[in-house]
Amino acid sequence: MTKPWSRFAAPASFYPLAGRLIPVFWVLAAAFILIALYWGFFQTPDQLGGSNAQKDYYRIIFIHVGTAWMSMWLYAVLVAWAAVGLVFKTRLSFMMANAIAPTGAIFTFLALWTGAIWGRPSWGTYWDWDPRLTSELILFFLYIGYIALHSAIDDSRRADRAAALLAIVGLVMVPVIFWSINCPDPNQCAALHQRSGLGKVDGNILFAMLTMTLGLWMYSFATTLMRVRGIILTREAEAAWVQDLVRAQARGS
Amino acid sequence: MNIMNIMNKMLEFLSQGGYGGYIWSAYGMTLALLVIETLGLRRDRRAVLARLQRLLRLRNAGDKQ
Amino acid sequence: MFTVFWSVLHRDLLLAMRRRTDVLTTLFFFVIVVSLFPLGVGTERAVLRVLGPGVVWVAALLASMLALERLFAADYEDGTLEQLLLTDQPLVLLTLAKVTAHWLLTGLPLVLIAPLVGMQYHLTDSSVAVMMLSLLLGTPVLSLIGAIGAALTLGLRGGGILLALLILPLYIPVLVYGAGAVTVGAASLGEAQPYLTLLAAFLVAALALAPLACAAALRISIE
Repeated sequence: MTKPWSRFAAPASFYPLAGRLIPVFWVLAAAFILIALYWGFFQTPDQLGGSNAQKDYYRIIFIHVGTAWMSMWLYAVLVAWAAVGLVFKTRLSFMMANAIAPTGAIFTFLALWTGAIWGRPSWGTYWDWDPRLTSELILFFLYIGYIALHSAIDDSRRADRAAALLAIVGLVMVPVIFWSINCPDPNQCAALHQRSGLGKVDGNILFAMLTMTLGLWMYSFATTLMRVRGIILTREAEAAWVQDLVRAQARGS
Repeated sequence: MNIMNIMNKMLEFLSQGGYGGYIWSAYGMTLALLVIETLGLRRDRRAVLARLQRLLRLRNAGDKQ
Repeated sequence: MFTVFWSVLHRDLLLAMRRRTDVLTTLFFFVIVVSLFPLGVGTERAVLRVLGPGVVWVAALLASMLALERLFAADYEDGTLEQLLLTDQPLVLLTLAKVTAHWLLTGLPLVLIAPLVGMQYHLTDSSVAVMMLSLLLGTPVLSLIGAIGAALTLGLRGGGILLALLILPLYIPVLVYGAGAVTVGAASLGEAQPYLTLLAAFLVAALALAPLACAAALRISIE
């Protein structure tokens, strides 16, 4: 067990490492998000698409797409950590999965919120059971289920493993659920309100979108690491290194 | 005149071609939630450290007796 | 190996037959939910015909989910479940047997009562036939997926509500194609065939995967 990665799998050595990384991720997040905002509002055309164009309100795209992508990606990462935890029985992996869930749920909610607001001017209604938004809603339920199950179990070992298994079952079901929402008729799939392909999007819009997503990704690194540090302190309260750390903090302040 | 110009530019930017309400409520909610999450995390961290320090003091007091 | 399956199945059915009201409770819950809808949305025939398939399937989802809370509960409380886990019999078969017994007691009655419900909603004969077929294929899937949730929430306070939160989103594919089959089945049986094929595929997949996950969940909950 002297491989380099296993050294940081111990909460005691991961805690200070995360502490050093958090400011870096904050700076990166702020930088990417500011660039994306500047580019999105000042370097892009005032409308999207040719005939039947979307007017200025399309600028919601930068956070809508960013939060939607990140909400799905974070669920995949959460499940990956959960699976690693179940297979290798590493405590830190479960803690990472727990730390990701609230940020993922927030992004899912934001994707829904921004999607609804975008829907109002472009489709004339806040909610139209658009397959992509409906899928996002189901993803939100999956996040809530994970968080609810974890917080309902007092024994942290059982909570970790039960929630991890639930997350994995969720991920296995996700393609089937999304597919059933998209294609309620097996013979033909529902027509989306507007088909989107990355290739057709204006370069400046694409740049702002991707930069924003990157910024939100860095943001999720920062919040996840902050949260995982809190979880480590709570769980390892009895460990000698935590006591030393608390003692040093007390002297410092 | 110059100030009026800048004011007009800003108002024009804020109105976003008449769709300002939609855009700013979307961006506003995003900003609000991200700030709330960050502040919540900071508060949680302080709370955990304070609790651990209290525990430590209690233990030290117990040892001395 | 299959003697384990049969003995657990036999035991569960025998226990249920001693307390028949439990079975009837689920059935009547289903009937009541379905009967309440026309009182809420009005009794116009055209409306009921449109709503019928969805209402029946949502009611089936809820009934199946409510019954699941009791799937492992009794055995968990009196320690039988722990004993079963300690035996060297394959846990997957044990869970499969328990789910099968559970479905026979709570899922199958829904299939059999479907014609009555179809009458309430003025569904055509072919719709009713498709509804019975789709429930026959779909409700076992609900029991299989739900069993994972029941195993995960074993012995938790507020387990029932939590179970709903975890499991209902996973029921969506069955709901979509189950209700879809009944809707298109109004015209003819043949129209519904792709839907029923999909439901059958779900059943096969659930039979293969769900007991594994359920067994893993039981091991996590009891140790």
